[in-house]
Formats: sequence, C-alpha cells, structure tokens
Amino acid sequence: MTQDGHWHGQPPWHGPPTRQNQEPDWVRHTRKWRNRGDGQPLRRHPEDRLAGGIAAGIAAWRGWSPTTVRIVLAVAAFISGGWAVPFYVLGWLLIPVKGQETSIATRAKHDSRGVALALALASVLGVFLFLAGAFNNTAIESYGWPQVFSLAGLTLIWRNAPENERAGMRRLVQPLVGGGASARRATRLRFAGAAVLLAVGLGWLLSLRGGTQLLQPLGGFLLVAAALVLLFGPWWLRIARDLMLERQARARAEERADIAAHMHDSVLQTLALIQRRAEDPQAVVQLARAQERELRSWLFEGRAPGDTDISTFAEGVRQIQRDVEALHGIPVEIVTVADCPLDEHLNALLMAAREATVNAAKWSGAAVISVYAEVEPDKVNVAVRDRGKGFDPAAVPGDRKGVAESIHGRMSRHGGEATVQSAPGEGTKVTLTMPRRAQSDSAGRSEPAEQAKGQQR
Amino acid sequence: MSATSGPPRVVLVDDHGIFRSGVRSELGTRVEVLGEADDVGPAIELIERVLPDVVLLDVHLPGGGGQAVITEVKKEHPEIKFLALSASDAPEDVIAVIRAGARGYVTKTISTTELADAIKRVADGDAVFSHRLAGFVLDAFASAPSPDDVKPSFDPELDQLTTREREVLRLIAQGYTYKEIARELFISGKTVESHVSSVLRKLQLSSRHQLTRWATERRLA
Repeated sequence: MTQDGHWHGQPPWHGPPTRQNQEPDWVRHTRKWRNRGDGQPLRRHPEDRLAGGIAAGIAAWRGWSPTTVRIVLAVAAFISGGWAVPFYVLGWLLIPVKGQETSIATRAKHDSRGVALALALASVLGVFLFLAGAFNNTAIESYGWPQVFSLAGLTLIWRNAPENERAGMRRLVQPLVGGGASARRATRLRFAGAAVLLAVGLGWLLSLRGGTQLLQPLGGFLLVAAALVLLFGPWWLRIARDLMLERQARARAEERADIAAHMHDSVLQTLALIQRRAEDPQAVVQLARAQERELRSWLFEGRAPGDTDISTFAEGVRQIQRDVEALHGIPVEIVTVADCPLDEHLNALLMAAREATVNAAKWSGAAVISVYAEVEPDKVNVAVRDRGKGFDPAAVPGDRKGVAESIHGRMSRHGGEATVQSAPGEGTKVTLTMPRRAQSDSAGRSEPAEQAKGQQR
Repeated sequence: MSATSGPPRVVLVDDHGIFRSGVRSELGTRVEVLGEADDVGPAIELIERVLPDVVLLDVHLPGGGGQAVITEVKKEHPEIKFLALSASDAPEDVIAVIRAGARGYVTKTISTTELADAIKRVADGDAVFSHRLAGFVLDAFASAPSPDDVKPSFDPELDQLTTREREVLRLIAQGYTYKEIARELFISGKTVESHVSSVLRKLQLSSRHQLTRWATERRLA
C-alpha cells in the first residue's frame, strides 16, 4: 500500500461521509461514546480480514472483538434473507482500506468494461433465479435475488481492487481452482462431480412442487450439501488453516512483547543506571554483573527475577553467587556440574560453601572468586578459590579461626570433609566434600567411610 | 603457517558492531585484524577471501549461528582455526559450536590480555577452554551415565574422559591457568595442553548417545 497509491491522475473521490475533514458536529459529539475504538474514521482492515476486512474494520473502529462483529454479520445475513450480503459488498466498494483515501468504487467508475461484465453476470444469475422462481422454489428465490447485486459488486471489486488485495483474493480462491497440471485435473474432476451432484440435488428439490413425500427433500438436501462440500471443502480448510496461522502469529507477537517488556524493565533500566554512574567503576561492574546474572537465569533457567525458591543444589550455589556479589561487590565465577535435589546434608554443605565464599570476599582482596561445584553419583564437591593474599594456616588470626571452625564443624557434623589450602601470597582454596546419602540408586558407596578425617593442612 | 612469525592474522565475526570495534581497538597490535563480518554469509565470503589464521566467532549470529560458518569454511579450508566467544551462552549452543570444529571457547567478559593470549594459543594449534566451557564439558561427559551408555559405541575410548582429563578440566573450571594446573598436578605445561586437546578431540568425534541426549535435555529443561 504505497502512500501515494491513490493518485491515479484523477481527482480524489470525496468518499464516505465519515471522513475526518468533513466530519459533521454530531460525529464529534458521539466521539466520547465510542472512545473504546481507535478514534479513526471507519476503514477496512487490510491485515485481519476474511473477505473485505469490513468486520475487522468495524471492530477496530468501535473497539469490539472482530469475532463478535463477524458473528453478528453472519446472523444478519441469514435473518435479512440474504440482503446483508450486498450491503457488505457495497461497503467493500465504498470504504477505503486503512491508510488510504480512495475506495475501490473510485476506480470502478472508470472501468466501463467491468461495469458491463458485472451487469452481464448479474443478469445471468437473474435469469437463473427467474427460472427457479418459475419452479416455484421460494427459498432459493428469496435468498438468491439480493445476490444479483452482490455478484455485480464483487465483479467490480475483483477487477478494480488494489494489486495487494487482489493477490489476497487470489490466494483465497486458489484452493477452489487449484494449481499445477495434476491438481488442475483433480479440480476438473471435482467440479464435474459437484456439478452432477448439484444438478441432481437441485432437480430433486425443485421437482417437489406438490410432493408430500418426506424422503424426497431429505435426499435432495443431502446431495446439494455433498456438492457444496466437494466444491468448497478445500477452501474451508484453507480458511481454517489461515485462522490457525493467524492465531500462532499473534501468540508469537505477544511473546515478543513480553520479551520487550522484560528487556525494558531490566536491561534498559540497568543500562541507564550504568550511564549515570559511569564515574564509579566498581558500581558499574556490580550493576552489570547483577544484570547479567538475572538475564542469564531468566533466559536459561526460566526463572523470573526475584524468584528465590531453591530446590536443587546448583540453584543453591547460584544463590550464594547472587548474595555475595550483591553484598560484597566482588564477582563470583561459578561452574556447576550436574545437579541433584537438596537435603539437610547438602544444605549444610551450601552453608559451609557460603561461609567460605564470604570469607574470600571479605579477606582475600582478590578481584574474583571462583566457586566450582560438582555433583557426583556418590558425593558432592565444592571448591572455593581465590588468588588473593592468602594466609599461613598454622598462624590463623583469631577472627578467622571461628569461621574456619564453622566450616569444618558444620561439614564434619554431617559426615563431610573440609580442607583449606593457603599460603601467604598464594591465594586460598577451600575444598568441601559431602557424601550423598542413599536416597536413590547409588547407595553402597555413599556411606561415610572417610568422614572422620576432620581438619588438616 | 604464519602464526609463528608476527602477530596472528584474525577475522572478527560478530553481529554487534560495538563489540567488534571494541575488540579491535583493545587488541591493538597484538593481532592483525584482516576484516570484520556481521553475519554468516558475509563471514564465509570474507574468510575464504583473506584466509586468516584465526576467526574470532560469535556463537550467536542471526543467519544460522557460528557453527554454520565453521561447517562451511572447514569444507574448503580445514586449516583455518576458530575461537568461539559469546556473552550469553546456553551450554548446548556452545557445545554445538565446539563440535562443529571450533578450537576453543571464551566468554565476552574475558580480559584483553587473556583474549590475545587465547587467540595466539589457538593460532598455534592448541585448544582454549574457558572455565565455563570446562564445566559444560564435564557436565556433558560426566553427569549421570545412563543405562544406554553402559555398552558404549564402537569406539569406547572416545566416549569417556580419562581420570587425568577430568582432573585437568576440573581445575580449569575452578579458574586455574594451564601453568597453575601443571604445578598442581606435577606435570608439564605441554602435558596439560595435550590433555585439553584430547578432550577437544573426544568432544568433536564422539558419537556418544549421551552428548546428544544431554543437549536435548538441556534444551527441554
């Protein structure tokens, strides 16, 4: 739909009276009443359409659901004896597509051959209906006559619609006529079969002028219905599939909106904060780390920000990372290998690991702490390591002793083991090992055979 | 190979222009940047034209991901080496790039010195494992051997890591440098290198059931 698509070297047709520039007062007064809509003049909706996009257009204009409008239109078509259809076609002709000012009617006025063709087709249908009327079939007659006008209108639309709309219509009709050589043969067979069924069925129906047999109308209706299915079946399938695709596309769009919202709440906000605090490298690093962690857990673990529910060991290790980084502003690099559910012993291991990590953050002076956690079939290992200033384990200062006790004590109470390796200038490494209890299969080896070693080194 | 004489000749492939120019200016004279590309197609075209020693390759590219570039280039030029890097790494994506033929993987938070060092090591034919990749590999190989894997495939040696390889990977995962690992395990630096290269080979050649299943599970989880 190009912006200047309506300049065809002719003066623009001043179309339907709902246009903004010649809006009467009463329209403006009723604007409040319809403030649920988009506030735009009525336009056909190009994307969300089954035929002309009028239902969707009305829906957007009034702020209703397109499905509701479609159902109302369908019911109206039925109870009005088919007269709603030509009005729909009229709307299709007169209401411009969204984003354009000219309607199809503008162009159709100059299409004299199209007008002639429309009249010809309409008269053919008229003759057919006249014949049907002669057979005294009132149902076909009453629903059929309005369609004389619909047919004329559709002919004009078909010939004068903009190219993109015509492509859409062609796609819509394509399953009816099929494409390709073999498909065309199948189509011909289908049409022939349908024509025979239709003729027999209609003949049967029309011939029951005075007939009182109960079976006769039933058989006729069945045949006509079969013919209609044969004719329009592929088309109905296509429409159903299109609707499904449309729904999927909408779901995707919603998902994208969801992601965009999340990005805005988290990443963009953080980037803004980082810009404002650019002069404080420590704060910038901390912000970036926290954001990275949150985004990572959202992307790869499906965890919402702020969700702190811990049920597995690896989640517990990540929780330590989050807390220590937030509290002490030092990056904690974690690597976890495999995972298992938590129990009280592993909780104790996590607490000891937290203690060791906090220690490193507080005392080591290292720029980064690495935590490695591996779940093996029979035991769980954690190694907390820094490249900080280290210390001489033989001459532990008083304030660190208590902490070491709490790590060692906690581990040995639960049948685990802790070792601390350190030397001045060499950094510190705390290794924690906790045997896994016989909660599942790998039972035999999980007995705490080597638990009593206590602390050394 | 010109890697031994003068700085390594490098091509940068990343869809973020800011990141490319940042890396380029940071690396300065430590490498010779021959060109940049921002997507799969242009990258393949550029690489096959300038034939660099090392391609610094983002794991995530809009037109098919890093492994598409590797697979295509390796057909004609198996001698070109790839170092993968990414900011947000789903393990299965990283493993996929390594299995396609990358010689290593580093995260984008790596320091400039380390990056230059990693490029040089890859150019010299070594493998470069970041701590995170080591964790992924251990996870993929070591976790929960399933009943299906009790009877391994035709080449059982490819399907599991030796105790020593596992030890080396664990230390890498803890942030040890190769030198520190050598000292810790009382082996030479060259031996550490050969262990890492052997892990890389197993990762790339193993048809192990477990690896694909691991990746599938990660994706579903």
